[in-house]
Amino acid sequence: MTTPALELRGIGKSFGKTRVLEGVELAAAQGEFVALVGPSGCGKSTLLRIAAGLETPDEGSVHLADTDVTAMRAADRDVAMVFQSYALYPHLTARQNMALPLFMRRLSTAERLPLAGLLPGVRARMAAIGAEVATAAEVLRITPLLDRKPAQMSGGQRQRVALGRALVRHPRAFLMDEPLSNLDAALRVHMRGEIVELHRRAGVVTLYVTHDQEEALGMADRIAVMLGGRILQCDAPGVVYRDPAHIDVASFIGSPRINILEAIAGGGLARVGGIALAELPGVADGVAVRLGIRPEDLRLHDHAGAGRLAAQVVRREYLGAEVHAHLRLAVDGTALVARLSPAANEALGAGALFVSADPAHILTFNAEGHRLRLPVHRPEPALVR
Amino acid sequence: MRALRLAVLSAGALLVLFPFVFMISTSLKPQSEVFSAGLQLVPANWAALENYTKAFTRIPMLRVLGNGVLVCGLIVVFQIVFALPAAYAMAKLRFRGREALFALVLLGLLVPIHAISIPLYAAARWSGLLNTLAVLIVPFTLSVFAIFLFRQYVKAIPDDLILAARSDGLSEGAIVWRLLLPNAWPAASAFAVFSVVAHWNDLYWPLIAISKTHLATPPLGLLFFRSAEVGDDYGALMAATVVITAPLVLFFLFAQRLFIDGMTMTGLKG
Repeated sequence: MTTPALELRGIGKSFGKTRVLEGVELAAAQGEFVALVGPSGCGKSTLLRIAAGLETPDEGSVHLADTDVTAMRAADRDVAMVFQSYALYPHLTARQNMALPLFMRRLSTAERLPLAGLLPGVRARMAAIGAEVATAAEVLRITPLLDRKPAQMSGGQRQRVALGRALVRHPRAFLMDEPLSNLDAALRVHMRGEIVELHRRAGVVTLYVTHDQEEALGMADRIAVMLGGRILQCDAPGVVYRDPAHIDVASFIGSPRINILEAIAGGGLARVGGIALAELPGVADGVAVRLGIRPEDLRLHDHAGAGRLAAQVVRREYLGAEVHAHLRLAVDGTALVARLSPAANEALGAGALFVSADPAHILTFNAEGHRLRLPVHRPEPALVR
Repeated sequence: MRALRLAVLSAGALLVLFPFVFMISTSLKPQSEVFSAGLQLVPANWAALENYTKAFTRIPMLRVLGNGVLVCGLIVVFQIVFALPAAYAMAKLRFRGREALFALVLLGLLVPIHAISIPLYAAARWSGLLNTLAVLIVPFTLSVFAIFLFRQYVKAIPDDLILAARSDGLSEGAIVWRLLLPNAWPAASAFAVFSVVAHWNDLYWPLIAISKTHLATPPLGLLFFRSAEVGDDYGALMAATVVITAPLVLFFLFAQRLFIDGMTMTGLKG
């Protein structure tokens, strides 16, 4: 296997008595787009800052290609960071904002003095920087903004300039900390596509922190789901969604949230209120388990049958292309959400109904939340703790 | 309402301006008119040329003004050069003893120059700096007030901006001079106004440390002027006073905009 472009090994970090990161392992290949996703306070931003060199880990090491950069200053790591707040220098124009990282890297302290620009060698390098800034500005279509200061730009424009400041350096890695969270919804969706496009064009490893699972699903090659300072699973979006390793991953990814049913093992089957829903071989009778069923996997029926649970419709949410039916299970009052097509919703009666699910689409978890896998399932994906 | 406000403000302005008007008026009068009974602002006989000639010739007035400019200028430059990095460290860097250090800064705000003038004098004498311009500058290069003021300002600068600067390759020094100084400019110029006014007008420390006329700052020069030459020639004395006050007034008029900006400064918007 080739060396990963960016690798975090055994990262641990505490702030005072609070443990924010615990044994985090993450490796990303050259050109890969990895989203770090999790609720606020899960440690994802801290992890990103450790990768950038803006925080020092208590344990573990950070590697860029085959160099251990754990002890290296952020300034020397040659990674570019993009912030939620854009973090543009308010006293500089867009052009100067984008040129500053190049000036700092390519000119010595003496050459950055005001009059040094008169020296021919320095002047040539400054002209080269100017040309690179102009090229990056063209890619981002911000050429008309180059002489404006951040205060004279909209949020979206500022974020483009911030991306330009990262792009112009040709860094070894892009580290993005919720870069779209301050933008309005429409612009956010649009910018997703642009960032993916920029990433593809640059071909550089990208770590992208977000709390928005939709953003992660839509943009990333792989998603690392973080909770409580650990990475619970790191896989392709489809795998994380269809085949979550932990009940917390299943709950965090997907909107509306996955339905969780409390079940009891009995005779090799998981039973809810006595009704068998899924196979559960090798689990002793009487053990509590939990079942996860995605809203689109719930089937609704107007009459009873094998493997069907009685339920009441609480309310329906009409969303145009789909309808969310909010249900309550008769047996224990569990709230469920079913995703229906408008046609299926029309066909549905108003009164009592029954729900079922294809056993192949039911995810089983033990009481601690770990996935229980049936022997027939595909081999366990390589889990990153 | 508006008229009342205007009237109150005008009365206040008159009260404050009157001594200045009186000073200018006296500087234009001959000795005989200064003590005449009655309030006569415009002199009957003009002695302006005579009085102002005395002010410029009896002591090396231009030299004294030059000393004032040099001393105040260097003080304010050094104060900013020393205080801004200290303020940055206390506002944004995490290190052991930061809070204790800041407590010392606050404590420093409470100690007046008069309390430490004897140790300062002893130190100046020991180092041979008495009767040099350096002795007028060195004790004031470190301003705890500046550290305090800049710290408040730097604290308002978002952390992300500093993190972005670090990952863009700026050293800590470059962060202070390339990022903080331009953004703390309103605070720096407000502080500069305070500092220049205070040190231009300072008589206490120059009186202790300087005994040579050619090294005097403007207020001390005025003192030399009075005691050495003119005695109770109040016309000439007021002329000299006008001469040393004028640069400060001009400086204020020039920096007024900055001064008000600095006083009403709000947080930085990214």
